[in-house]
Amino acid sequence: MTVQTAPEKLLPKDYATDQEVRWCPGCGDYAILKAVQKTLAEIEADPANTVFISGIGCAARFPYYMETYGFHTIHGRAPAFATGIKLANPDLDVWVVGGDGDGLSIGGNHTMHAIRRNVDITYLLFNNEIYGLTKGQYSPTSRLGTRSPSTPHGSIDSPVSALQFALGANARFVARGIDRRIDHLPGLLAKSHAHKGCSFVEIIQNCIVYNDGAFEHFTEKDVKAENQVEVEHGQPIIWGADGNKALQFDAKTFKLEVVTIGENGVTEADVLVHDEKNRLLAQMIAAMEPPHFPIAIGVLFNDPDDFSYEQAVHAQNDMVKQNAKHAGDMNALLRSGATWTVT
Amino acid sequence: MEGGTAAAQLDTGRQEMDSAVVRFAGDSGDGMQLTGSQFTQATALAGNDLATFPDFPAEIRAPVGTTFGVSAFQINFGARQIRTSGDELDVLIAMNPAALKVNLEDVRKGGLVIVDTGSFTDKNFRKAGYESDPLEDGSVDGFRVLKIDMSRLTMESVKEFGLSQKEGLRSKNMWALGLVYWLFDRDTEVTANWLKGKFAKRPDIANANIGAMMAGHAFGETAEMPEEITTHVIPPANIKPGLYRAVTGSDAMAWGLCAGSQLAGTEMLFAGYPITPASALLHALAPLKDFNITTFQAEDEIAAVCAAIGGSYAGALGITSSSGPGIALKGEAIGLAVAVELPLIIVNSQRGGPSTGLPTKTEQSDLYQAVYGRNGDTPLAVVSCSGPGDAFHAAIEACRIATKYMTPVMLLTDGYINNASEPWLIPDMADFEPFPVTYRTDPENFQPFSRDEFLARPWVKPGTPGLMHRIGGIEKDYTSGNISYDAMNHQRMTDVRRDKILNIANDIPEQAVELGNDSGKLAVLGWGSTYGPINRAVANLREDGVDVSHIHLRHIWPLPRNLGDLLGQYDQVLIPEMNDGQLITVIRSEYLIDAIPLNKVTGKPFKINEIENAVHGAIDN
Repeated sequence: MTVQTAPEKLLPKDYATDQEVRWCPGCGDYAILKAVQKTLAEIEADPANTVFISGIGCAARFPYYMETYGFHTIHGRAPAFATGIKLANPDLDVWVVGGDGDGLSIGGNHTMHAIRRNVDITYLLFNNEIYGLTKGQYSPTSRLGTRSPSTPHGSIDSPVSALQFALGANARFVARGIDRRIDHLPGLLAKSHAHKGCSFVEIIQNCIVYNDGAFEHFTEKDVKAENQVEVEHGQPIIWGADGNKALQFDAKTFKLEVVTIGENGVTEADVLVHDEKNRLLAQMIAAMEPPHFPIAIGVLFNDPDDFSYEQAVHAQNDMVKQNAKHAGDMNALLRSGATWTVT
Repeated sequence: MEGGTAAAQLDTGRQEMDSAVVRFAGDSGDGMQLTGSQFTQATALAGNDLATFPDFPAEIRAPVGTTFGVSAFQINFGARQIRTSGDELDVLIAMNPAALKVNLEDVRKGGLVIVDTGSFTDKNFRKAGYESDPLEDGSVDGFRVLKIDMSRLTMESVKEFGLSQKEGLRSKNMWALGLVYWLFDRDTEVTANWLKGKFAKRPDIANANIGAMMAGHAFGETAEMPEEITTHVIPPANIKPGLYRAVTGSDAMAWGLCAGSQLAGTEMLFAGYPITPASALLHALAPLKDFNITTFQAEDEIAAVCAAIGGSYAGALGITSSSGPGIALKGEAIGLAVAVELPLIIVNSQRGGPSTGLPTKTEQSDLYQAVYGRNGDTPLAVVSCSGPGDAFHAAIEACRIATKYMTPVMLLTDGYINNASEPWLIPDMADFEPFPVTYRTDPENFQPFSRDEFLARPWVKPGTPGLMHRIGGIEKDYTSGNISYDAMNHQRMTDVRRDKILNIANDIPEQAVELGNDSGKLAVLGWGSTYGPINRAVANLREDGVDVSHIHLRHIWPLPRNLGDLLGQYDQVLIPEMNDGQLITVIRSEYLIDAIPLNKVTGKPFKINEIENAVHGAIDN
């Protein structure tokens, strides 16, 4: 047996490659890259056992900057590659990184199936509501009326909500973070990584060149307290500059409403408490957006299954192997069934 | 010509024949494929050589009684080597008027037509497009016709088993099989045993089917037959001694991939998406989990190839499979596998195109797609199999090339090979040279795109300490693999990707002549499932003294290193293909040989006489 010396604890910079990072100056991707490197250091990820898979787009350059194994594949298909990798080696720690066009437009099908199969991957979807690498066309998450080179008079098709899509595909773990919330993001990524099964994380990300300020109504300093709410399992859903805004559920209308603690007889006891195992609640808070509601960040839903997909596949493989007729003997397989001898 | 030739009358009253071609045809719900495969089994056990051709409609259950719902199974069997499923039918079993309508034109003049008159009703005539009873209006003149009310006789034979009318009539195919067993002196026991096993949980159904088969057989023995109905005996063929089994192309391909990954010492990740006629391969591999195979039914064709590449990236042998339309969808990902230089096998079960085309009919029209069908200069190896049993060997060769050269390999088969079956001398795995892969583990001087003597880059499993690196579809630096937009580097990478594939020609056998001399008046050059008809045609012609040879390709790309010189030894080269002329373009382009095309896209294999006529046309002019 070989005796291994305990590896030195790695620092965030140890997860960075020597390659020059080529995103636009001021791109939100820089902050996410730092947050991921910080997270890996915190969870003491083994770089040799960590794999980053991406499709095509600005975000998809991510693997080149991570001192781990990495595979920059083709547009939209990263979840399918990741599924193959996990099937071939379930022990690998696989992260998928991509943008909204990659994951929800050309690759929407693969995103859906990786989620509903519950492949044990951590999927980071950078949502900047625009196509960056192809120079600014509107994307499947762009808001109605988005003016872009391909929609000069404004987009006329409704956007998709990343998290509602994921929940609709029966996601077992759904979370949301914001590039500018570097105080919040690493912790969120660590929780996402800890979940066994497909963890789907939407990261709101500013494209400084083609969609700058798209999220400023809830990310700027002066508005974020009123327009962001951090949800945490078992905690009342409360936000606001004065910490007195809260959510209530109206069972008669089956709707959420914003209330103020201390007004109209509302006390903290009346406030909705976040339950990360409640899929219906997750759907409702995933759909919240300003101006009527704050945008929810944190772990919106977390209800792990007993097995991830590749675990179940290999469990079945092993079970079949135990009862297999030929036990991997090729000659026996070729001679099974009806045979005859010519003399 | 391959086909029935009557010989001596025997003491038993049976006529000895050299070979015979029989086709069972009926409605797609009549169980003709099953009937045919049982007859195949019994015939193989009787020691004949044989070849089969299952031909079924694209619709799962086309409207009953229509011509487009006709399903047929053809078998050619004989006392000599059989290389095709036969040009003309000696015996046609038509279970309804539509089956007669579709198949009568293939029966040789004077051939025997057996019909179930129980289904010859006015309603069925109309459905089949007959204006009157074809048995009475002269349509079957020139054939020997045996009219039997099989429906009624079947019902009588299963009466004792208490089945409903519908269930009872389902045994009609077994009644017909029993009659044909009598006609050719076949043993009914194999089928009886098979029925007992298949319907172990429904002994009433098993017994009804056996009862119907025995009744059909007994009918032949006892009924007063018209004088022109003769029974036959076909003596065993002179076949190479050994242990045999019947094998379809799909099964042989599955086992070959299995064997190939064992010889390479890798696990296998097989990812597919349902498509006709490729699905059978997924079905054949899915149960074989004890061979370290993981099968994955992906959400689409693209996901299937991507998952397979992901599998190879992680250290398994990634394999995907489809038919033309699905291969088209996989094109971009195959290009990625070429760019990142990972092993990958793409099996293409070719069918009629373009687009959805003819899903259940065979064709060879994806050769361009295999050799050239990707964006950019994107070379890969292309290997082809020539028949059901050969699929096993072609699959092993594909595994060898993919792992040794770190490259995608396109493995071509077709709908005919997949579904057809033939007796197969079972190989012994001890006779195959293993080609174990090595995964790079040494961090010393590691570069992801350094190359060995075969220009292959190292295969590194993620999880290996100290070898972390990134790969991708953007052009890479010649050694480090880092992104490079350098102009000369792209030239160099394009050159080395090409040279790596072309060098495979030094690692495959020189092209041999299958039959005939290595020079002469004319060579017939074939690939894939045209093997049978070409080989028989050339054999027949050579018996008649015609100077003609048969050359058949296993390696479509790169081509064998001596092929140009070899073809140059003949005055003319004829290239029969079940497409509009694809290999011929490659041959002309590579060797400037002005070969003669022979093309056919009717969804059916070449007939022997079509090739004989083409050879005569070329030589005699």
